[in-house]
Amino acid sequence: MDFSPKAYFHKHTEAAPLAVFRIFFGIMMLISIIRFWSYGWIDKLYIQPGFFFSYFGFDFVKPLGIYTYVIFAICGISALMVALGFKYRLAIITFFLSFTYIELMDKTTYLNHYYFISLLSFLMIFLPAHAYFSVDAWRKRKSFQQIPVWTIDVVKLLLGIVYFYAGLAKLNSDWLLKAMPLKIWLPSKYSIPLLGDLMQQEWIHYTFSYFGAVYDLTIPFLLLYKRTRIIAFVFVVAFHVLTRVLFPIGMFPYIMIVSTLIFFDANIHHKILGVIAKMIKINKEVFDTGKSWIGNQVRSRISVVLLSVFFAIQLLLPFRYWLYPGELFWTEEGFRFSWRVMLMEKAGYANFKIVDGQTGKRFYVDNDDFLTAFQQKQMATQPDFILQYAHYLKQHFENQGHQNVEIYVESYVALNGRLSSPYIDPNVDLGKQKESFKHKTWIIPFKDEIKGL
Amino acid sequence: MKKLLGSFFVLMLLASACSTSDDGGEAGGDSFDRAAMLVNFADNIIIPSLQKFSTDITALDQATTAFTADANETNLLALRTAWSNAYLSWQAVGMFEIGKAEELSYRNFMNVFPVNAGNIDANITSESYDLGAVAAQDEQGFGALDYMINGLATADADIVAFYTDATNGSKYISYLTDLVDRMNNLTTEVLADWNGDYRATFVGNSGSSATSSVDKIANDFIFHYEKHLRAGKVGIPAGVFGTQTFDDKVEAFYKGDFSKALFNANLDAMQDFFNGKHFGSNATGESFKTYLDFLNTIKEGEDLAEIINNQFNLSRTTASGLDDSFTEQVRSNNNLMLNTYDELQKNVVHLKVDMLQAFSVRVDFVDADGD
Repeated sequence: MDFSPKAYFHKHTEAAPLAVFRIFFGIMMLISIIRFWSYGWIDKLYIQPGFFFSYFGFDFVKPLGIYTYVIFAICGISALMVALGFKYRLAIITFFLSFTYIELMDKTTYLNHYYFISLLSFLMIFLPAHAYFSVDAWRKRKSFQQIPVWTIDVVKLLLGIVYFYAGLAKLNSDWLLKAMPLKIWLPSKYSIPLLGDLMQQEWIHYTFSYFGAVYDLTIPFLLLYKRTRIIAFVFVVAFHVLTRVLFPIGMFPYIMIVSTLIFFDANIHHKILGVIAKMIKINKEVFDTGKSWIGNQVRSRISVVLLSVFFAIQLLLPFRYWLYPGELFWTEEGFRFSWRVMLMEKAGYANFKIVDGQTGKRFYVDNDDFLTAFQQKQMATQPDFILQYAHYLKQHFENQGHQNVEIYVESYVALNGRLSSPYIDPNVDLGKQKESFKHKTWIIPFKDEIKGL
Repeated sequence: MKKLLGSFFVLMLLASACSTSDDGGEAGGDSFDRAAMLVNFADNIIIPSLQKFSTDITALDQATTAFTADANETNLLALRTAWSNAYLSWQAVGMFEIGKAEELSYRNFMNVFPVNAGNIDANITSESYDLGAVAAQDEQGFGALDYMINGLATADADIVAFYTDATNGSKYISYLTDLVDRMNNLTTEVLADWNGDYRATFVGNSGSSATSSVDKIANDFIFHYEKHLRAGKVGIPAGVFGTQTFDDKVEAFYKGDFSKALFNANLDAMQDFFNGKHFGSNATGESFKTYLDFLNTIKEGEDLAEIINNQFNLSRTTASGLDDSFTEQVRSNNNLMLNTYDELQKNVVHLKVDMLQAFSVRVDFVDADGD
């Protein structure tokens, strides 16, 4: 056996797992888009609000009014094309761009799951997921049964990072020593059949906390190791279904369940494809050519370099919070894009005061006039939201003819069951503060301490 | 093995599919009995308050009939007393904008202020109006009655003169009658629903979804506290949300010396509800307070219920220095109004941030996925 990197990148394996992954990914995305649309969320989240919170540097990405539906339609159609493996590269690039555009429109809706989908679809641009069992392969009569092993391993690596980093993030004193925030969330699930009363028990809160942390940290390895794979998958299903029962997390559990199938050997995937072939009445054997995907060597090399950089960023980005002073959960500087999932119960209240810097006359803003309830909720606990909203208010009231507009906020935040305490320095004119990646000095430091990663 | 795996998978999917239904489970063991809390709310607070209010509205209706039959100063005084009584008991009812009340926009049709006196005058003269229209909310209710019995003129004799006027008197009488009829009908409808099916619906919906009674009543309570008590009665007249004060945007503006009494009645009713205090008695039952106390035995944090009660008390003490007429207070020393507002404001944070976090209830529930 040759374990040198060069040999690794030339090693081939069955293409079936990646084909199955592509099909399920595409279908799941299509269902997600349809579900999102049918719930009226496009209108509610992207058309009705008068103001949208941008990511720093992406101010130009905005909903397009009624045409926002077109972006979703494009996203849904490209997801279907991905599932079919029809004009795959075009489809996956379109999907990545449209999906990411949607996510960038308003950071109010940020979810780690959505970020995961963006990353995964970006990664898939570089993978020959259409080499086998795809419309492309069938149309061109060029099916490849073998693909480079790295093109499957990168998907496993990304999934592994998501789980492992989510597990690392749970290694903190709130999660392990106080069973927070589960101690807040679980008792409110009193009405769930069978489990409702259990959810009131303190030992359950701790058991769930520890199980969650151990699960996240170990599941990638248990899935990689053949002898533990089946039991690991049972845990995957049980874990995600339980989270689905307890929390409103939409499609994500199902996406993770089907994604982890990629860890299994090719014979399972051949069986799955066999079932699909039977369902849509095609002959699977036309794809079983035994041929190996070679691809364009130069492009392949560029892909490897690009993806190496991609993964280096993935491994480092969650630790960027070390560059900021203060408690991460409190300031949220470096919180997003780090697989910090379900770690906090955070609620806030932000009351904005508009002051005429010369006369001292002041009045308060009714946030209902500018933001939806969802936006208000997200805004009140995240400093970058508060700043952007303050800038918007300043502009708004200046346009109305107010003079010497200064913006102050009286805000309170409660984190993981602690009593609310002042959040933003009420004496700082937010109109004068600039957004940047630097530490926001006007956040009042956290009064308590949360130890851990 | 694979078969086993398959059936397991299907089973779990089924379990998750079923879980979205939400039909109020049985609370038992050492957990907090939310259904008992809802029973206490309905049977000992909401329905008795509504019954008392309904009685007062009937009395108001009778006083109106007496006055319209014989418009004189004595009957006007009696009508005014009936109006005051009903207005005070309304303060224990308005916050329950749930069920039929929510469907009818009961609170907004009963008590929007300030009313639009110009439109009311126009309605009377033209005799063409639709009190069922949302746009007509500021032409009816307690505020409109306030205008009709206190605001038409300064002297009582001059007010009575409007109703005895040979040409227009009948128009005033019919508008006054329509106003009271509408308030009477709305109240009857809301009370009938509680006495009918709605009580069971309310109590039975003890689950933890966004549409469950606990979530809704908690949100309604906070909404009323924030928008109606804090902002409507104090903040808006004190000019908190604008660059000037509004001495005319107080409750019962035409009566003049009544706004503080109404404010206090509402503040008391809200605190009593928080503590689960039975209507018209000193007994208490399961409530937000006892729920917080229960959750605190798990969490071992600060005593939030006590903090909230202290803040209620502090608001009351601060408001005790205010003039009976908030109009007068805004004109003479608005700082005292602002101080009261500040104390009320502090409990918004405790109720909306701390209490809802403890209950794990979402503010104005947002229907979207979480992480």
